[in-house]
Amino acid sequence: MTRQRSGLAAGIVGVSVWGPGLEGWDASRPILAGAAPYEPRHSPPPAPAILAPTERRRTGPVVRLALTVAHEAAQNAASSSGLPPGSLRNVFGSSNGDGVVVGGILDALAGARGNERVVSPTAFHNSVHNAAAGYWSIATAGRQPATCLGAHDGTWAAALLKAMVEVAADGEATLLCCYDHPLPTPLAALRPTVSAFGAGLVLAPLGVGQPMATVRVGYCAIPPAPGAWAPRNPALHALAAGNVVAQSLRLLETLALGESDRHALPYLDGRLDLELDVAG
Amino acid sequence: MTEPLVLTACTAVSAAGRGVLAHRDALLSRTSGLQPNDFDPGLGGWIGRVPGTEAHALPPAMAGFDCRNNRLADMALRTDGFAEAVAEARDEYGADRIAVVLGTSTSGVSAAEDAYQRRCDGGLLPAEFNYDHTQDLFSLGSYVRTVLGLRGPALVVSTACASSARCFMDAGQLIRTGVCDAAVVGGADSLCRMTLHGFAALELLSPTPCRPCAADRAGISIGEAAGFALLERADARRRDGRTTPRLALLGAGASSDGHHMSHPHPEGAGAVGAMRQALRRAGLAPHDVDWINLHGTGTRANDATEDLAVASVFGDGVSCSSTKGWTGHTLGACGILEAVIAGQCMAAGFVAGCLGIDTPDPAFRAQVAVGTLDRPVQSVVSNSFGFGGANCSLVLGLLS
Repeated sequence: MTRQRSGLAAGIVGVSVWGPGLEGWDASRPILAGAAPYEPRHSPPPAPAILAPTERRRTGPVVRLALTVAHEAAQNAASSSGLPPGSLRNVFGSSNGDGVVVGGILDALAGARGNERVVSPTAFHNSVHNAAAGYWSIATAGRQPATCLGAHDGTWAAALLKAMVEVAADGEATLLCCYDHPLPTPLAALRPTVSAFGAGLVLAPLGVGQPMATVRVGYCAIPPAPGAWAPRNPALHALAAGNVVAQSLRLLETLALGESDRHALPYLDGRLDLELDVAG
Repeated sequence: MTEPLVLTACTAVSAAGRGVLAHRDALLSRTSGLQPNDFDPGLGGWIGRVPGTEAHALPPAMAGFDCRNNRLADMALRTDGFAEAVAEARDEYGADRIAVVLGTSTSGVSAAEDAYQRRCDGGLLPAEFNYDHTQDLFSLGSYVRTVLGLRGPALVVSTACASSARCFMDAGQLIRTGVCDAAVVGGADSLCRMTLHGFAALELLSPTPCRPCAADRAGISIGEAAGFALLERADARRRDGRTTPRLALLGAGASSDGHHMSHPHPEGAGAVGAMRQALRRAGLAPHDVDWINLHGTGTRANDATEDLAVASVFGDGVSCSSTKGWTGHTLGACGILEAVIAGQCMAAGFVAGCLGIDTPDPAFRAQVAVGTLDRPVQSVVSNSFGFGGANCSLVLGLLS
């Protein structure tokens, strides 16, 4: 049960973050590197300027969070490595999906009588787990495929593994966009998520673009040691424990510091071992 | 070209029947599983409801997972010897070397719909409602992985109605990169009020049983289904002792429309891209394909656009049809269900032409089959398209 023979490697050519007091990569980098204090605050993601006004009006906070993260990582890869956003494969990961939209539909259905039509067409098409990826492809007029996934508390590990495999299997640069937003009442009590948080990476085959680090991952069916993915900065621990996508904070700190690191992420009853090497 | 993968075990449960042979019989006898909508009768229309779901009990240890979606999944796992076949593979490879990659669009949301009807004072949901094990997207993956005793990586793919087709690609990559040796793929979607009301809001529910490719088609009939396949490398040891050709995934392609959340691209550009990529990876030319199992939902726009896309890739030289007249549109489960159907058509040598129509829409340019065509079928393209502009095409064939 301990075999680990997968040697997946990729270059990180783009990165992004959005969360409470972490408003984009450039603004967050000194915080993540420990050079500035972490001061959490309510940080609603901006309306996505990359969408035409008609589409933009149809987006809620969850899609906005995802698009903010996708856009910054893709821009980052475009300027570092000349990879146009529409040329990237896409992996979107979220455990909660658009709980705000789904919760609204559940409220409406609970109040519906007989054949009353209570679900709006826009809410319905926004309820699908791949809504954010759909808006992203509309925004970038991109035809590259997207896979959209969830794996409960293992969502960050699953999405990272999936994106690494996409790069390794087909040799294509891939956008990884992960996001989780708190569920609305009354679901929030059953699946607590402390704040909205998203993280993005653009992963490229080795030798493509200008990577800031090389990442290697391997799956193992033994759980990690407790706290093996904890951020260096104790002030970030509550966020890392309260939003499954914020399990990425350790990796983001490592990139901000420009250091190498090894850590393990929780993945169901196993783990994903992760090795970051800034020297390439 | 990519290396083919074999489907060493398969199962499916839908309104057309329980098990692969029940599906073959329904197709050959041209018996639809659709019935008037008695799930949410106020909305009218017809549905593809799986009989026996209400009476099906999960194993006691898994009771916390009880919801319509996991019941369908459990019924499928216990059909066609599927769980036993996975257990044999687990003994060969090790539990940690088999991945679980499944597709669903709405997971167990019907459990949440019921819970919302029974909210307590103060608005709290009833204590017995288990969000993580029912409504959460990963519920299906967690259920299947636990019941089958697997320890490999797992994820649930949700690209709307392309979900359980897309998971073949995601699982195939895990195998090809050596992360695992085999994968359980497939998925489930179950009747729920959210999708019935949602499609009603879009005015896409047909008042009569759906009739894909008919000139007077009037929309979809929503169905439910679960299905699974065990995906392995083509050189995998035969554990079934047979020598008959094995069902194989020869290639797959995916794309995004980048056009609109719920309307297909007007020229079907994304669908064309997915089909061409799938053919290229399978190493096949369009004329090598014997049948195209269309997404063919029965809406005006989907079928017309898919016809344009199919005609631009295949001309009028390849038979195409939709099998949703038997099962209804099973949403995120249609990819696996129609892969299983394609396997049955290849094994028995027939094309299942569209059900309930005499002549196809005269405006269509592709070669739409109606009725049963008895003839060898060696390779099939199966299309699945979803909201968000998610397209996926699988090329299935037989490997000796």
